[in-house]
Amino acid sequence: MTETAKSVISLDGLQALIDALAAKNYQVLGPTVHDGAIIYDAITKTADLPAGWTDRQDGGRYRLERRDDDALFGFVVGPHSWKQFLHPAKETLWKASRGPDGIVVTAEEPSPQKLAFLGVRSCELAAIAVQDKVFCEGPYLDVPYAERRKDAFIVAVNCGEAGGTCFCVSMQTGPKAEAGFDVALTELHHNGAHEFLVEVGSESGAALMQDVPHRPASNEQVSAAEAAVANATNQMGRTLDTNGLKELLQGNSNHPQWDAVAERCLSCGNCTMVCPTCFCTTVDDHSDLSGDNAERVRKWDSCFTLDFSYIHGGSVRTATRSRYRQWMTHKLASWYDQFGTSGCVGCGRCITWCPVGIDITEEAAAIRAAPMSDKEKPNERP
Amino acid sequence: MKGLEDILREHPFLSGFSPEQSDLIVGCARNHRFNAGQYLFHEGDPADEFFLIRRGKVALEIVAPGKPPIVFATLGEGEIVGASWLVAPHRTMFDARAVELTRAIGIDAACLRGKCDEDHSLGYEMMKAFLPILVQRLNATRLQILDVYGRA
Amino acid sequence: MSAAPQLDPFLPDIYSVRDVRRELPDTVTLEVAPKAGARPDFEPGQFNMLYAFGIGEIAISLSGSAGSGETFIHTVREVGAVSAAISKLEVGAELGLRGPYGAGWPVNEAEGSDVVFVAGGLGLAPLRPAILHVLANRNRYGRVVLLFGSRNPTELLYRDELADWRQRLDVDIDVTVDHADAEWRGNVGVVPALIPRAAFDPTDTIAFVCGPEVMMRFSVAALRDAGVPLDHVYVSMERNMKCAIGLCGHCQFGPTFVCKDGPVMRFDAIADIFSIREI
Repeated sequence: MTETAKSVISLDGLQALIDALAAKNYQVLGPTVHDGAIIYDAITKTADLPAGWTDRQDGGRYRLERRDDDALFGFVVGPHSWKQFLHPAKETLWKASRGPDGIVVTAEEPSPQKLAFLGVRSCELAAIAVQDKVFCEGPYLDVPYAERRKDAFIVAVNCGEAGGTCFCVSMQTGPKAEAGFDVALTELHHNGAHEFLVEVGSESGAALMQDVPHRPASNEQVSAAEAAVANATNQMGRTLDTNGLKELLQGNSNHPQWDAVAERCLSCGNCTMVCPTCFCTTVDDHSDLSGDNAERVRKWDSCFTLDFSYIHGGSVRTATRSRYRQWMTHKLASWYDQFGTSGCVGCGRCITWCPVGIDITEEAAAIRAAPMSDKEKPNERP
Repeated sequence: MKGLEDILREHPFLSGFSPEQSDLIVGCARNHRFNAGQYLFHEGDPADEFFLIRRGKVALEIVAPGKPPIVFATLGEGEIVGASWLVAPHRTMFDARAVELTRAIGIDAACLRGKCDEDHSLGYEMMKAFLPILVQRLNATRLQILDVYGRA
Repeated sequence: MSAAPQLDPFLPDIYSVRDVRRELPDTVTLEVAPKAGARPDFEPGQFNMLYAFGIGEIAISLSGSAGSGETFIHTVREVGAVSAAISKLEVGAELGLRGPYGAGWPVNEAEGSDVVFVAGGLGLAPLRPAILHVLANRNRYGRVVLLFGSRNPTELLYRDELADWRQRLDVDIDVTVDHADAEWRGNVGVVPALIPRAAFDPTDTIAFVCGPEVMMRFSVAALRDAGVPLDHVYVSMERNMKCAIGLCGHCQFGPTFVCKDGPVMRFDAIADIFSIREI
């Protein structure tokens, strides 16, 4: 069966793949260099991809640097994630008008544009799967998300190198794309050839490959792809011990480490904006000057704002320690209660894009190093 | 008709005391009846008696000049009015007014203090009986000052 | 991914105001009916999202009878822009409505047991459907006690109805206020102080508690001290609700979403987080 057999495409083959997607009426989105970062945007040619670029990342640090080869995917993840397309930062949910017949509410028509994502990393596949759980598997379906998601075509790319803040191995989300893609690529520089090993992950992936010139992969090429992924695993510098982490965090709500991290945390919310799983939103209701036309706009929100937990009279989480604790405990612990999975995929974005370099793996390790039970400590009990 | 002794022994306040200790307390007790509007005591009075309410309702009030009296608590059947008798200089800190016909047992404070000074185990039991009531009222006061039903 | 067309849970239905009753200077009760079709069924303790045109949406508990009927009843207090706009709606005015949502009071599970309602301030409103249900099915329950605390005698919610309920011999009602002048003949003190005085069997009682969170903390402690097991105590939680359907993240309370795991929660399930500050 061609679906399971691995094949190889050339650089021209990759262009053919992009063209084939465009021919099937997908808007192809992929990595491209913009303003000193690799972001996700519309692409039409392989030349739009960040050839020869890599990213150097550490806590609070992100720089693009030149590679000594012409790799198209020789970097990891930047400030963008695919979340911005499936769960946009701002979208109108509905419009309403008020006339002689009263109020009429009209749902916003979903965009007919199908999206294809090129260059989805394994951690990002995991993040999409997490958001699928949040938006599509609860008692209520997030209809706008589900509409975009059902038509999305995913071209994954396996990581051949680890980024400076990656810890997908700890989160068991990478570096190899195992599921959740239509087609997965591994970039190969082998015997002087620049090629891509292709794995097909779905029927639509197989259908697409019929329009893309490819040849069967040799054992050598398969081994080279495996070696690339193994290289990324071996390079990974950060770890997060997830063993008993949920109970550890939920049992340490009053740990002094929350005060320590609050000393550094600016409560800016960057971590929530770059996180590929953070899903929280608020809504704005507007009306026009006539007062007869209104709309509801949904926007990304962050648990780091005071407004987020506002109930009449004031905010529940006034202290930075409480907001950081909420974010991290939600991500690494409560997510299991709510969605049966971790909310962290180990992509490292929150570490890189934190202006003060707060590292979620270090924060978790600090609590693990000196856990305190909530029960042992004085509490605000009645 | 039940005697004072039987009535007192049935009051929840005495449940923690031994029969011998109850006898000592009964020796300091007398019966009271307060009509609606009648005061059990006024702020600043010597705290020479405290009351175990048998029936009725007692309002505790504080008066500020130029304002109507503020009722900060009401007490009913099975509850105790007055704790200042335990603490020197034994002066009451508020007014206590019967809201409706109230029957109570008064305990002579000087009598009971004397017995507690002589018999420290009686004094200890008395403290154990009073302290939870004081803590409970302190907690209630905390909740009251939070004004939780206010708008903000 | 689900391929079948789905109802969009973000879209409000249009309701119109049938009746307005001013309860308190800042509180009104609205009766609203759907502009088209029948109103959905609901359970006591659930809430709706009410939308004031162009201004916004807020979560308001249902406070009418959960029995059959054409309308929803909501008691709304003016605390912000949306509640103020909704409070000003007149008969015939339209508003958007989504719901009902959330987990309600377990009135059926409480059958056969004594029932103690502990309400504080506006917290009587979310309890009202449960009270009405229990009173309408009075023979299915043991002793029924309603303990209600308010700020002062002029801010007592549902004053007339309380007076009607007091006429019944099969329910014990005790009302207390935090502050009163000498004219007030009733109790003064906090509502938890009524709990040790109330007549119920603590070993076979279901307690429904609703009011400001601090009042609920003290009330649960008093119920516990009275011997009521914490798995027989239910509280109604308040958190910021935006979407009401578990998709926006705002109402998180520890591992729960108040909008879908609550608002009514069995106390033992949240006992560990209930007293953690700023959780």
